[in-house]
Amino acid sequence: MRNAFVAALTTIAAEDPRIFLITGDLGFSVFEDFAGRFPGRFINVGVAEANMVGIAAGLASCGKVAFTYSIAPFATIRCLEQIRIDVCYHNANVKIVGVGGGLAYGPLGATHHAIEDISIMRALPNMKVLSPADPVEADLATRAAVAVDGPVYIRLGKSGEPRVHSGQPDFEIGRAITVKDGTNITLVATGGLVYNALLAARELATQGIDARVISMHTIKPLDEEAILRAAHETAAIFTIEEHTLIGGLGSAVAEVLAESGNRKVLFQRIGIRDRFCHEVGSQEYLRELSGLSPQHIVSRVVGYLSRELSKDIM
Amino acid sequence: MDIGAQGDLIMNSDSENLTAPDVQTLESRARQIRRLVVQMNAAARSSHVGSALSIVDLLVVLYFRILRFDLENPRAGDRDRFILSKGHGCTALYATLAERGFFSKDILDTYYQDGGLLAGHADNHNVPGIEVATGSLGHGLSIGVGMALAGKHDQKNYRVFVLLGDGECDEGSVWEATMSASHFKLDNLITIVDFNKLQAMGRVEEVMNLEPFAEKWCSFGWSVREIDGHDFRQIEDALTKVPFESAKPSLILAHTVKGKGVSYMEDQLSWHYKSPNERELALALEELEL
Repeated sequence: MRNAFVAALTTIAAEDPRIFLITGDLGFSVFEDFAGRFPGRFINVGVAEANMVGIAAGLASCGKVAFTYSIAPFATIRCLEQIRIDVCYHNANVKIVGVGGGLAYGPLGATHHAIEDISIMRALPNMKVLSPADPVEADLATRAAVAVDGPVYIRLGKSGEPRVHSGQPDFEIGRAITVKDGTNITLVATGGLVYNALLAARELATQGIDARVISMHTIKPLDEEAILRAAHETAAIFTIEEHTLIGGLGSAVAEVLAESGNRKVLFQRIGIRDRFCHEVGSQEYLRELSGLSPQHIVSRVVGYLSRELSKDIM
Repeated sequence: MDIGAQGDLIMNSDSENLTAPDVQTLESRARQIRRLVVQMNAAARSSHVGSALSIVDLLVVLYFRILRFDLENPRAGDRDRFILSKGHGCTALYATLAERGFFSKDILDTYYQDGGLLAGHADNHNVPGIEVATGSLGHGLSIGVGMALAGKHDQKNYRVFVLLGDGECDEGSVWEATMSASHFKLDNLITIVDFNKLQAMGRVEEVMNLEPFAEKWCSFGWSVREIDGHDFRQIEDALTKVPFESAKPSLILAHTVKGKGVSYMEDQLSWHYKSPNERELALALEELEL
């Protein structure tokens, strides 16, 4: 996803002289092309994220579209107050790019995991929160972020994410993408776990459960219509995120459902429970431990449905 | 006093730009602004009157002698930028902007009031002339660095002035910004530190010693001058000589007195918090007689 983002940004920057890229000394072997082609618009501020965000806000106040870049927790939480005031309060045209959303930096440990960033960014007024599913969506999210005025947080994976989309889907901020249609239940996933949701849906199909899979690439503003439609058309909604259960995608969807008046739809959140990850291992290993692998999603769905759901819907 | 081979720290000599009548005019403007400040803080019963009085003379020279702007078009792209990073000194900025004609003085009456236009920290949303909303310390200089970078990139001639408090310099982000400004050779960036030696809980040297303060800025690659922040000739002289060196940001370390202009407030920490009561206000206005 990182490479897709950089490639998209480099392409856009060739056309749009407002684009600036500011990094907190990260992106070795990633930004060379951008920096070589637009040396005046590539700024490495060193390991100083607070300054990075303030500088971006200053550039934006002079008509620039300023992208900041770091590993997701440093791009967001390390400089949270600068994002809150310099960027969001001023509605500045700053796009915050966090690489390594969720557990992507697996063995580097909890300092490098981003599992609270969605809820924290979502709480900020004026902030839009994007969480693309694959390189295709990362490319489209980057373009969409430039096209919209004001703050955007783009939560990227890292590298090597499998493609969810074979073609170019319609991508619009605030409008979910239905990756697979289904009539029994809906899996609402975000980020790299959309792929796992798809794999889980395939397995569920062999067990007679027709699952819809939605890529909720925009957490804020949330596509409430897609959720309400799923609540109306399918019997259960499961949210799936590589993020704490507190305040992220699951919470956002729960808020919509709780106020919708729909008393029938079943609802479960799948995500990371309220703890730091002290285990050591790859993203795949840690996903497995956190119950986020396709197999875990399947057993969670089946287990829940078999307890809750009546036979006629099954 | 000279520090470094390049003479980074230059003692100020008196300006010959200002005539005696000029100084008188500035003095009278400063008194008028101080009157507005104490009246605003008294009416609102708000804090930080001492912090505001400390920067009035600096603001008067900036807004009446130095900054390039167009009152008809205050957002014009080529304007000089000014950021009050110590946003709690906002009554001085509001009064200066009104006195300079950015907006009507009637608006000053709405400071701190329900439905008013002027908040207790500088806010750029409701009135013209304020570049950046501040209030949380340690933000302004980074934003100034961004503006200065944009100016260099766009080959514009505007300058960016950032006014910091001394207590504010405890914030690590100030030093991130300081380091980057010299790294990027931003000689279109000028920082003024309101060095009144009092911060929220006591004397700066006791709470968190900044010394050797000027040398810190020098060693971070800035060209530094120390002035008396209440001497119009020294303020004017320093501000007309920026950048002090090419390819370097300029730092004006302005020695000031918190509460300046009102005898019973001068150098008194309590006026970081208190607002004048009716009797104290009358006394202040008497001292600030035009």
